[in-house]
Amino acid sequence: MNIADLHTIREAERNRCKPFTIRCCTSSGCRASGALEVFAELQKQVQESGLTDRVDVVGVGCPGLCSEGPLVESTHPAAIYPRVKSEQAREIVRISLNEPCQLEQLDPGHPFLTGQLKIVRARAGIIDPERLESYIAADGYVGLQQALQQSPETIVETITVSGLRGRGGAGYPTGLKWATVAKMPRGQKYVICNGDEGDPGAFMDRAVMEDAAHQVLEGMAIAAYAVGANQGVIYVRAEYPLAIERLQLAITQATRAGLLGTGILGSGFNFTIEIRIGAGAFVCGEETALIASVEGLRGMPRPRPPYPAERGLWDCPTLINNVETLATIPAILRNGAEWFAAIGTEKSKGTKIFSIAGKIQNSGLVEVPMGTTLRQVVEVLGGGVPGGKALKAVQTGGPSGGCIPAELLDTPIDYESLSAIGSIMGSGGMIVMDESDQMPEIARFFMEFCADESCGKCVPCRVGTVQLHRLLTRIIERKASQDDLDQLIQLCHLVRDTSLCGLGQSAPNPVLSTLRYFASEYEALLQPPEFPGHTRRKAPIPLTVI
Amino acid sequence: MSTSVLSLKVRTANSGVTAFMELKGSSMSSAATTDRRIGILDAFMRKVQFRGDALIAVLHKAQELFGFLDRPILKHVARTLKLPASRVYGVATFYHLFRLKPQGEHTCEVCLGTACFVKGAQELVDAVEQTAEIHVGETTPDGKLSLVVSRCIGTCSIAPLVVMDEQIVGPISAEMLSTRVQEWMSEHR
Repeated sequence: MNIADLHTIREAERNRCKPFTIRCCTSSGCRASGALEVFAELQKQVQESGLTDRVDVVGVGCPGLCSEGPLVESTHPAAIYPRVKSEQAREIVRISLNEPCQLEQLDPGHPFLTGQLKIVRARAGIIDPERLESYIAADGYVGLQQALQQSPETIVETITVSGLRGRGGAGYPTGLKWATVAKMPRGQKYVICNGDEGDPGAFMDRAVMEDAAHQVLEGMAIAAYAVGANQGVIYVRAEYPLAIERLQLAITQATRAGLLGTGILGSGFNFTIEIRIGAGAFVCGEETALIASVEGLRGMPRPRPPYPAERGLWDCPTLINNVETLATIPAILRNGAEWFAAIGTEKSKGTKIFSIAGKIQNSGLVEVPMGTTLRQVVEVLGGGVPGGKALKAVQTGGPSGGCIPAELLDTPIDYESLSAIGSIMGSGGMIVMDESDQMPEIARFFMEFCADESCGKCVPCRVGTVQLHRLLTRIIERKASQDDLDQLIQLCHLVRDTSLCGLGQSAPNPVLSTLRYFASEYEALLQPPEFPGHTRRKAPIPLTVI
Repeated sequence: MSTSVLSLKVRTANSGVTAFMELKGSSMSSAATTDRRIGILDAFMRKVQFRGDALIAVLHKAQELFGFLDRPILKHVARTLKLPASRVYGVATFYHLFRLKPQGEHTCEVCLGTACFVKGAQELVDAVEQTAEIHVGETTPDGKLSLVVSRCIGTCSIAPLVVMDEQIVGPISAEMLSTRVQEWMSEHR
């Protein structure tokens, strides 16, 4: 395929549009609520009503408001129907014949729909994720086409200027990472897309892979061209079968169309991508563990340096980026670095996708500019806590993050502000908790997770997390004294300071952050000391523990 | 389930040497089906060119075919991929999704991700444990039901949820889940 072919496909697809389009979400969230039956029924109804030349029924990616699924959208008149059942398919199809419709519609002014700025998810809910043409028509592969007309150095410079930072959690500047790999001597290099979204409660990467698999491939191809790699690997967790299926389909389509393979778009650039499937190990989200897993080994991290940028997969220089990071790349190439850098805050540029779940009215995916306050996301877009209960805390960053109390909801969301209040951005999972949730229980839940997921390589993490879990259990069972609490804090610091990889280093975060803001809940569970005469060194709970 | 000792002819395809191997299969009902499944697994390993780094994919395939990974299967994979048996066993035990014990006819997988946890997933686990009288990771003595827990399957908007034989069901209450589990348990084969 050359650039002219790409243009022809785009035009043909745009002209193919029928006057009336019905879009039905077919991603995992809505599928679980019966979206596939609705989709099949919509198609059947269009056939039976003889409307095939007027009405197009398209299976699309996630529009975002997953708690109201299955969602169906019609274009003329523009409306979104929540919680559609297959019996209602006929009524939706008949709208194209100007018949009145009594179905419940989402308010078009709903803050969840209007309060977002979609860059990465701009196509989600609009294009058919299973058709390459549909992606091309929405300016797909334009970024790659433009990239191939520039020198690799210019692209690295563009990404650096854009200020994009890694969306996987740590927020490392993407341009710097690319520059490091690009500077390595010529030879075999790899690009790895980290799709091992292990944080419980985070599902934005699943949605990106399911809704816009081609966008991820395009981002990878641009990255590979910029750093001089010719092979790519997408590592996806096995819990996401639909994402795997759609990525595989996208790779096949792109390879057949000449958008992957040799001589891409008439240039001398060659790039192939293969998928590697995980098998359920949270630690594989850590880059060195992920590389071990791609090599078919136990997913155990190794000390860095050497960083994967120098010695990664098969000891070759390797660029590892998160799914969302790579999916942002095509938009930056299309619109320019300055456009992207104008969005967000001074140090955190662009937008970020958050998955909001837990005790919240509107649960699903939102994409907002960096610097938006937590309150805006949770109370305005998310609609607050249902059932009249009071919001107690928002947990961000999964097991590596912390719980942010309600009084700090006006904190802007960016990498620095969140770490200043003892949490992290993480991959973007936000779990809302109400007054009925007990923070020691939440801390124990995360510690159990970390103890379970610890790979066992280093002692502080393998033994420390288990001991922390025991101490938390003692506290919850009202068997602990102040001494135990002191020991808990001491051990948290030890595990954090001495563990090998991010899992252990961040495992105490949920405990420390809940201790910081909800210390009274722990203290209320303590028992008087067993031997009152015996006084140990009193260590008051430090308020700046993180 | 009858325990049958099967003597199988298995071609270690990369060397072209025919090796004999004994398979003690507790889940294998007849020589014919076992032979076919081994054949499919071997074909898969040939497709990945017997590469050691494809081990995780091979184990996924083996589990898909046999339902779980027992030692004869792991040994067979090790021999065919020319890997130390310790490495194959090490990988199979490291990852949570690989099962080393036979699974029940039905699997109830309760999600214990954060969103499900705050919405009361522990009650779902307790409900299944009480109804089926088993603990997490166990299978009922009649082989009807296995109870497993998972760490977030990424559809948190419909929390709390369970995966019942690969079908995601949510939000679900403890009573509804108990009823579903009871239906499974009282099914006739």
